[in-house]
Amino acid sequence: MPEGISRRAFLGGSAATLAATSLGAFGFGAAEAAAATSIRPFKLAGTIETRNTCTYCAVACGIILYAKPAAETGGKRVITYIDGDPDHPTNRGTLCPKGAALLNFVHSPDRLTVPRYRAPGESSFREVSWDWALDRVARQFKDDRDKNLVTTNAGGVAVNRWITTGFLAASACTNETGWLTFKVVRGMGALVFDNQARV
Amino acid sequence: MDAARTMTVVRSSATASARTTPRFEDEVTKLIDVSKCIGCKACQAACTEWNDTVQPIGYFTGSYQNPPDLTANMFTLMRFNEWVNPKSGELEWLIRKDGCMHCADPGCLAACPAPGAIVQYANGIVDFVHENCIGCGYCVKGCPFDIPRYSAAPAKAYKCTLCSDRVAVGDGPACAKACPTEAIVFGTKGEMLHHAAGRITDLKSRGFESAGLYNPDGVNGTHVMYVLPHADQPELYSNLPSDPHVSPWVRVWKGAAKTYVSLAAMAALIVGAVVHHAAGGANRVSEKDEQAAKKLIEGKE
Amino acid sequence: MTNLWTDIRSADLVIVMGGNAAEAHPCGFKWVTRAKAERGARLIVVDPRFTRTAAVADYYAPIRPGTDITFLLGVIKYCIDNNKVQWDYVKPFTNAAFIVMEGYGFKDGLFTGYDPAKRSYDRAGWDYEIGPDGYAVLDPTLTHPRCVWNLLKQHIAPYTPETVARICGTPREKFLHIAAMIAETSAPNKVMTSMYALGWTQHSYGAQNIRAMAMLQLILGNVGLRGGGVNALRGHSNIQGLTDLGLMSELIPGYLNMPHETEPDLASYLKKRTFKPLQPDQISYWRNYPKFMVSFLKAMWGDAASADNDYRYGWIPKLDIPMYDVIQAFEMMAQGKMNGYVCQGFNPLLSFPNRTKVTTGLSKLKFLVVMDPLDTETANFWQNHGEYNDVDPSKIETEVIQLPTTCFAEDEGSLTNSGRWLQWHWAGGDPPGEARSDVWIMAQIHLRMKALYAKEGGKLPEPILNLDWRYKDPADPTPAELAREMNGSALEAVTDPQDPAKVLVEKGKQLPSFAFLRDDGSTACGCWIYSGCYTEAGNAMARRNNADPGHAEIYPGWAFSWPVNRRILYNRASCDLSGKPWDPTRKIIEWNGTKWVGYDVPDTLPTANPETVMPFIMDAEGTSRLWARGLMVDGPFPTHYEPFEAPVANVLAPGVQGNPAARVFPDDRADFGTATEFPLVGTSYRLTEHFHFWTKHDRVNAMLQPQFFVEISEELGREKGITDGAWVRVWSKRASIKAVACVTKRIRPWTIDGKTVHLVGIPLHWGFMGLTRKGWGPNSLTPVVGDANVETPEFKAFLVNIEPSTPPTS
Repeated sequence: MPEGISRRAFLGGSAATLAATSLGAFGFGAAEAAAATSIRPFKLAGTIETRNTCTYCAVACGIILYAKPAAETGGKRVITYIDGDPDHPTNRGTLCPKGAALLNFVHSPDRLTVPRYRAPGESSFREVSWDWALDRVARQFKDDRDKNLVTTNAGGVAVNRWITTGFLAASACTNETGWLTFKVVRGMGALVFDNQARV
Repeated sequence: MDAARTMTVVRSSATASARTTPRFEDEVTKLIDVSKCIGCKACQAACTEWNDTVQPIGYFTGSYQNPPDLTANMFTLMRFNEWVNPKSGELEWLIRKDGCMHCADPGCLAACPAPGAIVQYANGIVDFVHENCIGCGYCVKGCPFDIPRYSAAPAKAYKCTLCSDRVAVGDGPACAKACPTEAIVFGTKGEMLHHAAGRITDLKSRGFESAGLYNPDGVNGTHVMYVLPHADQPELYSNLPSDPHVSPWVRVWKGAAKTYVSLAAMAALIVGAVVHHAAGGANRVSEKDEQAAKKLIEGKE
Repeated sequence: MTNLWTDIRSADLVIVMGGNAAEAHPCGFKWVTRAKAERGARLIVVDPRFTRTAAVADYYAPIRPGTDITFLLGVIKYCIDNNKVQWDYVKPFTNAAFIVMEGYGFKDGLFTGYDPAKRSYDRAGWDYEIGPDGYAVLDPTLTHPRCVWNLLKQHIAPYTPETVARICGTPREKFLHIAAMIAETSAPNKVMTSMYALGWTQHSYGAQNIRAMAMLQLILGNVGLRGGGVNALRGHSNIQGLTDLGLMSELIPGYLNMPHETEPDLASYLKKRTFKPLQPDQISYWRNYPKFMVSFLKAMWGDAASADNDYRYGWIPKLDIPMYDVIQAFEMMAQGKMNGYVCQGFNPLLSFPNRTKVTTGLSKLKFLVVMDPLDTETANFWQNHGEYNDVDPSKIETEVIQLPTTCFAEDEGSLTNSGRWLQWHWAGGDPPGEARSDVWIMAQIHLRMKALYAKEGGKLPEPILNLDWRYKDPADPTPAELAREMNGSALEAVTDPQDPAKVLVEKGKQLPSFAFLRDDGSTACGCWIYSGCYTEAGNAMARRNNADPGHAEIYPGWAFSWPVNRRILYNRASCDLSGKPWDPTRKIIEWNGTKWVGYDVPDTLPTANPETVMPFIMDAEGTSRLWARGLMVDGPFPTHYEPFEAPVANVLAPGVQGNPAARVFPDDRADFGTATEFPLVGTSYRLTEHFHFWTKHDRVNAMLQPQFFVEISEELGREKGITDGAWVRVWSKRASIKAVACVTKRIRPWTIDGKTVHLVGIPLHWGFMGLTRKGWGPNSLTPVVGDANVETPEFKAFLVNIEPSTPPTS
């Protein structure tokens, strides 16, 4: 389970590791002492930690997502901070400028929140329901497949080839998403199928 | 060790009762190894995320440096300098993470007229206490590294806290935590001096004969130190001062704290500053303020 | 990567060429800084620009984009000429001794078998001489004129330091300095690692760039060792995983091939892929291909796939051309031959070459479906954004369906990193608004299609109706269910081939590894190389033991590494013929007299005798390949070609411009510019502050690098009257864009064949959506032509011009 996994100290002797362990020895554990002065209260207190992997490059740094308990945020679990996972063998808690700013990717004002539809020739999107959008996609797929699937070639060989609709898969999706996408797309007979690895 | 003791305030601005020459206990230090720095700005991103600052989106102004300077919302900044080494004829891209040096003898604190607005903890961290800040701008003038910056609203000065909130719970600063190449490391001053020595040996083996540590005496050493491949020319690193020291005018306060004789004169300066603040102008130390300060010093000493 | 990120710590020498690791992979680059600081390793950077990686290098040399093969063949020549070859590795572990068929030749830039009309080679003549025993003929003395070693020496003869300087623009003394540094790693106890990325792949001969480095590393004996290898630094969090899982036109999970229509049944398909060993006693692991393929088909169609129906091989679509890659797709779109396109977390409007053609193609579609967490340029391609996207929505008849998806922080599952680690992660927050996971969306599409076919009938509904879909909640399969499918399970009891009474895996159980796969329909496995990731012992991808046995920096208890949790590929080659490590301080495995033991999973059979079974078990030879046989469409050796748009002619073969085996569509060829009109070399790249076109939606990254700029040298700035921070116009044969100029010492002109050649560097992070200032990407300017083998577009070397300009009007 993701939460509450105990941390294991590295045995390695790098300076950064040394520094980290020595700091533990400082014993600055008492947040109360800090509060007594002007020091800002430690903002991760009382958050829930979840292990995750950075979504950007393929170094795949371990990250920790900190969230306020859903009870405190209107029933939705809201991530309040993202940091490097110090237990991770590759990144050892560090992050690059993208990884260190992941929180503002998650909460970007450009995140999409509802399905939208742009009709031919129109100059804007309009919001639609999931049901409507998914039915529309299925309808378009089926109509095109029924019309253009090549079942046999000139030589009579079964080729089951659908090349009038193409798919681009996402290289930030999980393997599990990738496998399911593969099944669905190939199951329909699609050959125009690629992901970011091509470019 | 006792957190209450190490985070104890040992020096406080405009407060005569605080110790003027503190004995640092368990000094913390951030060491920035310029030779390992790739200028990625992870420190800037981590800083703004941890401190919840919002720096507006600007423009490209001809350099990778962005924002172009430190601001009240950007407490640390990668500064870039393209330098052709005259000895080798080769380009060196000198990149330095700029930010508060947490001086042992902090010019900002010495200059600050607002009681308790700038404090120094027993571990060496110099922190701004914004509820006490009057926005006069003296800390900016007092800083030999040109670090504190103003925000218009609220009209107060801001700078790196060395993540005092993280250090208070036994963690290191967010920038050091993030730094992908471990160019920024954090620990006790002793550990950092030892680590720096090893790095300097390595750099000398790679032909950087002048590699060395930047921990300037003029401010009694700093709690942010650099390992510089060209330590004989710190100014190559985007004008890192070769001999930083607290400027003469801030010695006024030293005098005031010692003798109380000039308190009235200083009070006048403070009133001026507060009035200036109330009028809504930028609370920079004016040329006139500086002349007044100089005069005071010359008159007393 | 053959190796893994942490392993870079064990290198003596790191060469970053064809990439910019510090800038694009900062946290992985940590292992370079550690190797430098902790073991005194040296770092070499060879790059057209003085990059952030160069800023911390021990030695930097400039190179003109697109000339890496010349540089690398020059280094190979230097090593051979100076006897800096690890002979005890090269002789047994490479195909140096194999004799090539008579008739092979190379002349005027072309290998034998070229057909100019088809722009392709007949590769039948590029194979080994086969003896009467059915095995390849070898000459261990390396004296036969047609042995691979002698053909190689002959092939690289022109690549002298002077030629390198003339073609690459790398000063002779700098080239020689680097060659000497590299050559030192031919010692058995000195190891170099190569770190590359799209700087090598995005060329019309990208795959050959990488082959050139692989050949060099083999000659130096640096493959299979800790701190060595050839390491592709992959760019996206799961680009490795999606490639492994075959989400590419020509692939099936686990690097199986999509069948071609000339292979009408399973038998004809498998016949071409039997991979009989070319030397006695070799493993030739691809001999197990039928087990992988049949188990894959069982994973697709479950009970509907059986021996009597060819395991539904007929339902797998058959190719009629080598592949329907993205360049092919947009050509078809531009010709009006496609109706629909789905972009799942992909922004082709900024990713594919010649944006004008991309817009044209998308505008001819009937429908476009975009699944993304963000509001992308592609989803808004029909929207007018002034100069930045000058289109008329009323004239674009494409309907767009935009579906909001979750992002990493809101979903669960595994990602495969560059070092082949499958790492599991968990959701830490709830998605915004109505955003849903991609799994849910794909399941919904499938179920709705299935319902439509069940209700209405239609063309060939069987593959859809029978797709194996035994999920507890068919509307939302769990990541664990899908991972278990990828791993594979026993549909019937799996027994020991030596003793059929002995049950190895009980019916219904997860398979421990791909060693238990069968070709009789008794096992199902979605992706054979992932087998072992989710066994009866649980989810290996979620393991978090970060212990480091032997300080080998491989962390075998952390997550799962394919294949079979092996961390360093070809690790058998880290030992000599007697099974002893070449360098005892780099021990990873060793032969104890009866079996292989060590820190990593041996890349050979556990009891394979080191003297007879050679280390490269996936190859029919048992050896690695300095000679590629017919496996590369553009030649058995790399050779110098100019990019399709180049500032100079090919000085080694003046008649051949561009890779002669690369596919070029006529409309795209007509859009190539010449050096007369476009004298400057353009190249594209990432900056460390941004990740592609995503982080411009993140206010912190938008602040750190807010606006599109292009980089030029001070020399070019003076010549064109361009000052730092001023507006410029950059244009190619295909488009014109505007940017702020960054005039820098980090870019310098080269002298190429006596001529001064300038670079215009074009980073790729801006568009007309997001929080940054609006801008353009290099893909507005780039030509449409791909690598001959894999069709990766030639983004790294093309022709442009530049002049002072004014800001965009909108």
